[in-house]
Amino acid sequence: MLMQAHATTTGHSGAAIAHPVLEVRNLRVVFPTRHGVLNAVSDVSLTINKGEILGLVGESGAGKSMTGMATLGLLEPPGRIAEGEILLDGRRIDNLPEREMAKIRGRRIGAIFQDPLTSLHPLFTVGAQLVETIRLHLHLSRSQARRRAIDLLKEVGIPAASDRIDDYPHQFSGGMRQRVVIALALAAEPELIIADEPTTALDVSIQAQITALLRRICRERAAAVMLVTHDMGVIAETADRVAVLYAGRIVEVGHVDAVIHAPKHPYAKGLMDSIPPLEGRVARLAQIDGSMPRPDSIPEGCAFHSRCTLAGPHCRIAVPGLVETEGSRTACWLYSGGVEA
Amino acid sequence: MSAKSVGVTGTRKGTTEAGAALAVRALVKTFDISAPFLNRLIERKPRRYLRAVDEISFDVPKGGCLSLVGESGCGKSTVARLVVGLYSPTSGEIAFSNSGGEQGLTTMVFQDPYSSLNPRWRVFDIVAEPIRELKLRSTENEVRARVEELLQTVGLSPRDGRKYPHEFSGGQRQRISIARALATEPAFLVCDEPTSALDVSVQAQILNLMRDLQDRLGLTYLFISHDMSVVRHMSDRIAVMYLGRIVEEAPSETLFEEPLHPYTRLLLDTIPALDAPNRDREITAGEVPSPIDPPSGCAFHPRCPLANQRCKSERPAVLLRDGDHQIACHAVEEGRYAPAGMT
Ligand SMILES: Nc1ncnc2c1ncn2[C@@H]1O[C@H](COP(=O)(O)OP(=O)(O)OP(=O)(O)O)[C@@H](O)[C@H]1O
Ligand SMILES: Nc1ncnc2c1ncn2[C@@H]1O[C@H](COP(=O)(O)OP(=O)(O)OP(=O)(O)O)[C@@H](O)[C@H]1O
Ligand code: SF4
Ligand SMILES: [Mg+2]
Ligand SMILES: [Mg+2]
Repeated sequence: MLMQAHATTTGHSGAAIAHPVLEVRNLRVVFPTRHGVLNAVSDVSLTINKGEILGLVGESGAGKSMTGMATLGLLEPPGRIAEGEILLDGRRIDNLPEREMAKIRGRRIGAIFQDPLTSLHPLFTVGAQLVETIRLHLHLSRSQARRRAIDLLKEVGIPAASDRIDDYPHQFSGGMRQRVVIALALAAEPELIIADEPTTALDVSIQAQITALLRRICRERAAAVMLVTHDMGVIAETADRVAVLYAGRIVEVGHVDAVIHAPKHPYAKGLMDSIPPLEGRVARLAQIDGSMPRPDSIPEGCAFHSRCTLAGPHCRIAVPGLVETEGSRTACWLYSGGVEA
Repeated sequence: MSAKSVGVTGTRKGTTEAGAALAVRALVKTFDISAPFLNRLIERKPRRYLRAVDEISFDVPKGGCLSLVGESGCGKSTVARLVVGLYSPTSGEIAFSNSGGEQGLTTMVFQDPYSSLNPRWRVFDIVAEPIRELKLRSTENEVRARVEELLQTVGLSPRDGRKYPHEFSGGQRQRISIARALATEPAFLVCDEPTSALDVSVQAQILNLMRDLQDRLGLTYLFISHDMSVVRHMSDRIAVMYLGRIVEEAPSETLFEEPLHPYTRLLLDTIPALDAPNRDREITAGEVPSPIDPPSGCAFHPRCPLANQRCKSERPAVLLRDGDHQIACHAVEEGRYAPAGMT
């Protein structure tokens, strides 16, 4: 995993093929433990194009963050990529040495995490941090970088940006801090932005401002965005396409309208139905009994079979692959002829 | 704690109505957030206070559910803690009708099922603690029977009593907290964001459980959440808080169908909608100001599209509309608001 690094990096050459900005192929992320190897992510494949927001949804532990972290090259050991490839603009990045990956992070891939304070240094002004990031990646003078920093703060909606640039992170509110983090992530004009629960810590009225900002940035800069969240509402409002993860695998992926309004996978359906409707009070919410298996107890076959009311004998034996369903692709034996009627 | 202690000033309903399980009147909680004495002396700083709850009044109907909603820091948890007696009020009244259980009148379910359970105790002892503490059962066998019954009530198995909290998922841990909260046979349950740390599929299980328990045991809920769809699902009445005050309070249907206060409308407008996603809106609704130094007049005026000079200087009084709709807004009083139904 470490040594064969540069053997394959030179894969594609200059030919002008339109690659997706990000392509993940058959990714498997594992955590070796004393009790065996845990699969946190299994056989995940996805693409994100220019100007597109792909939402990754699923419940806690489904593998959303690990997919994002693997892409960023930030898996914490012993976690590692055991299988698969990650391509940025058609070139493999999963096998780059850390030194090169560090250059790509920040320059070509920007990251936004849930807690803005983890991305900001408390002892430096917002301006100093922005200027440093900008100068690390772009060849600009200090004063040019400062001007750019002010522009960035304006772009993400910080009022009176030129006055506030010399403030410290703690002098900003939570929503404002998240805007600063977005400005930092944008500093080097990355092609890909990975946003992991960027609005989860924020109030709804602020949340709506941040998701609107993400959409605007994605559109205006033609960036590709991977939006990781467990909030269906945020996905519905923000993403163009959605991948639903369950126990480390994609169970359904497709256009946001198809997945949200006409989900095919029984788990995706159950998830949608369990959201309390805003239109009026119902007697009882649809509920999926039980809970998602942890990575150390993922059952054979379809990982959802023990909770699935439609499961047939096949579901207990073999893992279903993704097949075309209307508007989406779904990994369920119901759609690939494995469940007898 | 008698029901007859209420006498309210202002425009709100006069006394505890017969059907109210809880009546709160002009409740205030001020926190002293001054620097330590010596620092104050050296740096010549004055004492500083924070009004986390600022003269709020509401009733919770018996067997019903009133929810408090609002953004972070608006004082929801402080109200919860005042109601269960974890804080004492700076002023104002909290009156329960005492037809509820004799002991453990109110108990509380917290947001975080992880930190609210002692990790070194077995689940059995966690649930048994209030029963033993209040001597609700005389023998250890009766305690055991009661704990097993409680675990079953919340959908766990009596065998789960032998395990430790870390062996359970988030949703199961919240079931354990609910079992413990029910141990004292309370008539009134205060639930502070009970599902905010849970995934939607698990949240559905817990909300269904809470509604079942309400029907079966006749519980009254004071429910707290910042999630409007959860609140709509659970509540008979909803009170919207902003910087320590209730700005609007009404039956749920009314609040959703005909919101009057500009802040309520902002809250409803910003809910990420599954059905009608509004992907390209740009929201410029500002930020929540600091409760340490709240804006003058109507605290919402810096964010309010309808604010005028009066809003900046004069605090709006609470008006009563249609008998059961509390609202504090000058624009509404002056008839300056656009008709509802535009949200
Ligand atoms: N250091 C680790 N050691 C072992 N397992 C881990 C480690 N970090 C993560 N995992 C496992 O990997 C799985 C996927 O985790 P991940 O963080 O991607 O979930 P997630 O979908 O982002 O969930 P959440 O919504 O809670 O953030 C989880 O089941 C988790 O238990
Ligand atoms: N013990 C305390 N000492 C000082 N200030 C406090 C204390 N408890 C709460 N506050 C302050 O009172 C205000 C209201 O806090 P509270 O926890 O009630 O808000 P909340 O509405 O529950 O918010 P959240 O949605 O974030 O839980 C906040 O500004 C908070 O900082
Ligand atoms: S009182 Fe004035 S500022 Fe406050 S909400 Fe009403 S119109 Fe807006
Ligand atoms: Mg995560
Ligand atoms: Mg709170």
